[in-house]
Amino acid sequence: MSAIVQTVLAAEDTVSGSLGAVGYGLAAIGPGIGVGLIFGNGVQAMARQPEMTNVIRTNMFIGFALTEALALLGFVVPFVFP
Amino acid sequence: MIADVVLASGDSCHFESSAHCGFPAPGPEIFVFDTWFSIGPFEVTKPAFLAVVACAVICAFFWAAFSKAKLVPNRIQSVGELGYLFVRDQIARPMVGAKGDKFVPYFLAMFVFIWLLNFMAFIPLAQFPVTSRIAFPALFALVAWVIYMYLTFKNNGLVGGFRNLAVPSGLPWWVYIILTPIELLSNIIIRPFTLTIRLFANMFAGHLLIAVFSVAAWYLVSPTVVGMASSAASFTMAIVMTAFELLIQFLQAFIFTMLVAGYIGQAYEEAH
Repeated sequence: MSAIVQTVLAAEDTVSGSLGAVGYGLAAIGPGIGVGLIFGNGVQAMARQPEMTNVIRTNMFIGFALTEALALLGFVVPFVFP
Repeated sequence: MIADVVLASGDSCHFESSAHCGFPAPGPEIFVFDTWFSIGPFEVTKPAFLAVVACAVICAFFWAAFSKAKLVPNRIQSVGELGYLFVRDQIARPMVGAKGDKFVPYFLAMFVFIWLLNFMAFIPLAQFPVTSRIAFPALFALVAWVIYMYLTFKNNGLVGGFRNLAVPSGLPWWVYIILTPIELLSNIIIRPFTLTIRLFANMFAGHLLIAVFSVAAWYLVSPTVVGMASSAASFTMAIVMTAFELLIQFLQAFIFTMLVAGYIGQAYEEAH
């Protein structure tokens, strides 16, 4: 246990940086997966039903925008609460 | 501004120069501008000036296009009609439905205005996306929110309006215990908020990204081969990101208008 504490205390002296950047990295994981799913499934849907491309694209961008908002919140928060 | 960041770090501050200085990363301060002059209580800065220019350009364009509209359109009227039909067929009719046509003027004005404000990031000398100042997207979202709320309660009445906002149909009763507060919060408070943040943060992030690569291209310049190659790579990246931003600028204006149209369409939905 004390070895872990010492390691953590040692890391405190050597590791430095912005917690906001780490937070943004964490906040981007979920939306990253989500945007990948949306565009992946959107392209698949267009390949299966080419005549529905316009409808699919519109809905794809709506889903993309809603998902992306989460990542953008993670991007803005470090600026708002430094 | 970027020039201030660069100058503050000194002329000789390059990556491989003897004077050791860190990368002068541009931050939120590049979005703050000096006041040029004041008109009464209003302080005119670069974003405010660009917004007025964008407004004047749009008014002039649509005046030229539609003031003397003819059955057989001339060139500028054709372009105007192209924009009008795009908004009507891609946004208003699919999202609002049969009632969509009477909202086309609002959607078209909002779409073109947001697009041009975003597009200012690409125009030489302007080179600043006006919507990366949060006041601009916030005002667009506020206008949209007022229209959304007005239409919801006008079309459904007071009780029906709240049912439209908070009670999606066709679910078992116990789901509503959790879902109703969430829907209410989402529709009334979070929607205008995310509308604002989405547009603002996209433009903010894009402009910051281009600024970072531009400053890096300057910072990496040095008389060695590696230094010049890194600088050239960074400069290329700044150009590529600018091209990518062109797509984002259009997409964000389109998405903003489409989501507002979707909300208005929801206000017209019959309660089941």
